[in-house]
Amino acid sequence: MIQRTVQIFPPFERFYHWAQVVLVILMTYTGFRLYGIHEWMAYDQAVLWHTYSALLLMLLWVFAIFWHLTTGTWRHYVPTTDGLIHVMRFYSFGIFKGEDHPYRKVYWRKHNPLQSMAYLALKVLVFPLIWITGIAYLTYRLWEPAAGSGFWIEIVGNLHVLAAFGILSFIVMHLYLMTTGHSIWHHVKPMFTGYDEVELTPAEEAYLEQDEPGRIKPAG
Amino acid sequence: MISARSLAAVGLTLALAGAGVAVAQSTGAPPAEGSTSTVDHTKLEALQKAFATGPEVTAACLSCHTEASDQVKQSVHWTWDYEHPDTAQDLGKNNVINSYCVGVAANEPRCTSCHVGYGWTDMASPPPMEANAVDCLVCHDKSDTYFKIPAGAGKPFGKEVKEGAVTNTGKPAKPVDLTLAAQSVGLPDRDNCGNCHFYGGGGDNVKHGDLSSVLHNPDESIDVHMAEDGLNFTCSTCHVSNEHQWHGSRYNVTAKDTEGAPPPGQRHDVSTCESCHDTEPHDSLTVIGFKLNSHRDKIACQTCHIPTYAKGGVPTKTVWDWSTAGRMSDEGKPYKEAKYESASGKKKPTYVTQKGDFEWGEDLQPEYYWFDGQIQYANTDKEVVPGEIMLVNTISGSQEDDTARVWPFKVMRGKQPYDTERNRLLYPHLFGPGSETAYWGKWDWDTSFKAGAAAAGTEYSGSYDFVSTEMFWPITHMVAPAKDAVNCEECHKKDGRLANIAGIHIPGANPMGPGGKLGALILALTLAGILFHGLARLFGRNSRKEQ
Repeated sequence: MIQRTVQIFPPFERFYHWAQVVLVILMTYTGFRLYGIHEWMAYDQAVLWHTYSALLLMLLWVFAIFWHLTTGTWRHYVPTTDGLIHVMRFYSFGIFKGEDHPYRKVYWRKHNPLQSMAYLALKVLVFPLIWITGIAYLTYRLWEPAAGSGFWIEIVGNLHVLAAFGILSFIVMHLYLMTTGHSIWHHVKPMFTGYDEVELTPAEEAYLEQDEPGRIKPAG
Repeated sequence: MISARSLAAVGLTLALAGAGVAVAQSTGAPPAEGSTSTVDHTKLEALQKAFATGPEVTAACLSCHTEASDQVKQSVHWTWDYEHPDTAQDLGKNNVINSYCVGVAANEPRCTSCHVGYGWTDMASPPPMEANAVDCLVCHDKSDTYFKIPAGAGKPFGKEVKEGAVTNTGKPAKPVDLTLAAQSVGLPDRDNCGNCHFYGGGGDNVKHGDLSSVLHNPDESIDVHMAEDGLNFTCSTCHVSNEHQWHGSRYNVTAKDTEGAPPPGQRHDVSTCESCHDTEPHDSLTVIGFKLNSHRDKIACQTCHIPTYAKGGVPTKTVWDWSTAGRMSDEGKPYKEAKYESASGKKKPTYVTQKGDFEWGEDLQPEYYWFDGQIQYANTDKEVVPGEIMLVNTISGSQEDDTARVWPFKVMRGKQPYDTERNRLLYPHLFGPGSETAYWGKWDWDTSFKAGAAAAGTEYSGSYDFVSTEMFWPITHMVAPAKDAVNCEECHKKDGRLANIAGIHIPGANPMGPGGKLGALILALTLAGILFHGLARLFGRNSRKEQ
């Protein structure tokens, strides 16, 4: 294995990440306004911003899902136990003793096993939960005539808020984990530049040098 | 082939012709102001005489309007009797007990001064039969000079007026020239309806809260529809009529209109907001409009668009405690106290020997309840439970009820008499100068209830007390301009306007429900974990440095 600087986050993925950051911050802020946790915004304005950012975020997700499927990026998120114990042991003990992170990013596995599981849970559990309850909330009028709608809207509202807190908890954890590297910039930089150091097999290195020279920086 | 030049010539000609039409239109005479009627009543022969009495005027009216009297006699304005089509309850002024002057029976000449007729002195019998007993002028006088004597069983003031006499609107009475009034007639305006309806319960805005003297000449902030400087609606713009029958019943309300605005020439049977504004009144193509339209399934238009009632400096009575009536001054005489001062600087009575204690309020926030349009009156059918609040009328509806919406109400509170043996509300005989039984004069409740029961055809056991009562009055007038409608956050917050409404989910009204609590716990655990983890890293680093 050779360590090389490779573009692991293509432009769309970076755009998707940062657009999602902006929209999720907006939605959290306006959502908590709507829920009554703060009152630092007029209610109708919060409704507007929350709804429009939700619509944009859903549009973004449609593109992101398409992108994950067509580019094969979904494979980064297939859960694996390979090395999971080492990563868990590192975060539970090794990190306090100054050990190095046991995981080395490889070309088709840019996340460590724990990280990819966390992202997978977010993408297939929490996001759909907020998505489905949000759409149900927004379109309440269509199903309001149904029997028991008064009960179900309470369920929908509570699950929506629960999912929101789940996403917020994820963000907090995500930000905290950025402090666990050599520097915060070390963790953040790849999401701006797209490039990070990964382990390549000789075949992968040869392929990138030969066919995608733009994605690999000269060895040096 | 048509040449370019001829096309240009045709175009120019058309343009000039158009301009010519425009000029011709702008020089046309402006439409005539005032009445658009095809009859000028000052020119009618039948009205060229000195009328001595109201019925004489009516007879003259009927000489042309041959069916008018029969039509009026079919209306609640005449019968004061209304059988509810769903509950079969016998309602109308003739029957109901309210929490103001309680009931009409036995107090006719005073109460029937607002009857649309002449000489109904005994409620035990129907209104007078004669065709000319109908009072045309009270609704159709446009001279603003026709007023009835407050205790005259419908009779207007005559050519001479007693010193100090006042009309039922509380203004000094002036002699009435029946000929002038008769020749002025036209379609009713706000003053015609208002001279009775604005003064219900014995004075300006006492009863309804949303119908007061302010509506004679309101501005837009008071009522966006009736504003003199705006749409200038009369009452009958919304309360459409057909053959002297009006729509917009308080006994049988259309609480939710799902039909909306009618095509031209159709459906003039309701006076709902939707009958003009349709069922989707907000712009559905905007997020806020879409959301507001979805509110109207469960929230009446009035709930948001009438943020406050009793506006414009005229307060409404909010509490009437009959139990304290009868106190005399040190000289042993009936007395009045007026400790409430309205925003417009008018003193309002807070104690009157005849009536007990009052409280007043203005710019009031309504109270909100589910309402399917049905109002049941207690009258003398419903049992009084001593110690409990007696509801003089009850409103029905719930979230599950598709005809119900959340409506604004004035809730009138007070104490009024009931029979402690029969546990029923009582009709007092209040008014009757010189009478042996009227409370106002004899100050004896016992004889007053005996006479009241006799007049109303009910019983009285001989023992009475006072029970706390509540009465619900739907609020539907004094609609504010759109910019003054209730803001979202007035309901979408903890303990907001609709805090008492069961069965609806109001985002923001319950911060930290179960989902929020669980979510906050997850967040708190995450933060605690991070804190713990971060501290452990810090200690680890420090101890490594020391080594």
